[in-house]
Amino acid sequence: MMEPPSSRRRWLQRALAAAGSLALSACDRLANSERVTSALGAEETWTRHVQRLLLGRDALAPEFSEKDISKEFRSNGTTDPDTDAYNRLAQGGFADWRLQVGGLVEHPLRLSLRDLQSMPSRTQITRHDCVEGWSYIAKWKGARLSALLARAGLAPRARYIVFYCADTLEITLDGTGQYYESIDLVDAMHPQTILAYAMNDRPLPIPYGAPLRLRLERQLGYKMAKYIMRIDAVETFKDISRGSGGFWEDRGYAWYAGI
Amino acid sequence: MLKEPVERVLSGGRRAVYRHPLVVRMWHWLNALCLLVLLLSGLQIFNAHPALYWGQVSVFDKPWLAIGSGDGPAFPSWITLPPWQDLAGGRHWHFFFAWIFVVSGGAYVLYALVSRRVHRVLLLSRGELRHLGGSLADHVRLRFPRGEQARRYNPLQKLSYLILLFGLLPLMILSGLTMSPGLDARFHFLTLLFGGRQSARTVHFFTAWAIVLFFVVHMLAVLAAGPLTEMRAIVTGWFVIGGRKEER
Repeated sequence: MMEPPSSRRRWLQRALAAAGSLALSACDRLANSERVTSALGAEETWTRHVQRLLLGRDALAPEFSEKDISKEFRSNGTTDPDTDAYNRLAQGGFADWRLQVGGLVEHPLRLSLRDLQSMPSRTQITRHDCVEGWSYIAKWKGARLSALLARAGLAPRARYIVFYCADTLEITLDGTGQYYESIDLVDAMHPQTILAYAMNDRPLPIPYGAPLRLRLERQLGYKMAKYIMRIDAVETFKDISRGSGGFWEDRGYAWYAGI
Repeated sequence: MLKEPVERVLSGGRRAVYRHPLVVRMWHWLNALCLLVLLLSGLQIFNAHPALYWGQVSVFDKPWLAIGSGDGPAFPSWITLPPWQDLAGGRHWHFFFAWIFVVSGGAYVLYALVSRRVHRVLLLSRGELRHLGGSLADHVRLRFPRGEQARRYNPLQKLSYLILLFGLLPLMILSGLTMSPGLDARFHFLTLLFGGRQSARTVHFFTAWAIVLFFVVHMLAVLAAGPLTEMRAIVTGWFVIGGRKEER
């Protein structure tokens, strides 16, 4: 049998609803506040310092065997840059593609895919972890970034390596929607940090970053720039794009993506 | 360290027992805040890929469990932090409060072990272990220890606090850390312990709900045992017992 709600119950319902909407709008304001956002950002610094302390320079990400390679892979972000210039390169099997290496280096380089393939390489079967939460295991082969940087000769002032990509992930008026990423020298010199041109024993497919992508095995997927066109050594990335060191970093994600 | 609780005689034959030291009260409330933020921001993060798997990797077309219909977020905005879709923001909230939770929780467990509070207040005696069934029956009938008996935690209460402190909370921290690709390079045995990164993520998800279940039972117990008395105790430290009519 239904009884009409007593005035007390009605009062309670209203009070609860009021408290609820108050809490929600408080949450809204907190999460929207510039000061709260920047204070929360401190967690990235703590995580970076503690992980660097625990991991050191050379701790290797786990490597797997052939039988562990996933049946299914997934590509995120851009799956095909689809610009005229990129399509022309892709049609020619990237024979005309050249990687520019510049910035704070003694010998700027211009390398073809073949040049990269003849450099010291590393093959590794590793797990790719996306910031969204999913993972797959694949086999990657590529040129060691440390060898490439040694050949270019880093200037003493160089602190970060910046990767400029062929894809535009967001249409913007000022061009800040173009994908780019940056890593520091600890990660750049890590033995597993490679510029991959092959995935699962085949040329790197377009959805996974053809012709060249970064593998940075101790961090999340968004750090591993795809469709790399140019690599610069820099002292700071504050003056690049929106200043946070990467496409996703410019949109609130952590620069250090070790967690 | 005081062996016996400090006691005050109140009017009407009631007595106040100093039950929760300041450290315990501070940790309790800080923890409550941390767990709330961690849950809401965790659901925000989960919404980015609302499917669970076992093992190292995701089998996208055959998830072990997929939540939601695929249109719209798996968990509605009013239960996520931030209240709109924002994975980057959710991660900042989550890791900021995870740091506070881990540091304060570690310090508290150290204190509780060194001060032997765990041994004095939480560990069950042989007798208590034998009468666990009886205690459970009393709880189901909502019969709670009164008077002198209410000085101590009852056996079920001790057991649930022990499970939370040394089971669920450490499991939550370890399964969370296992998902870090950075830490995996140094502590790969954790990944092996959980049977893979995606297994750890699944364990992390369900342990969160186990903690929610603890919270629900905790709230029911407070309501049934006397919300005023219990709330006063966890705010001021003083637990009032006895008297003509036990306070509700």
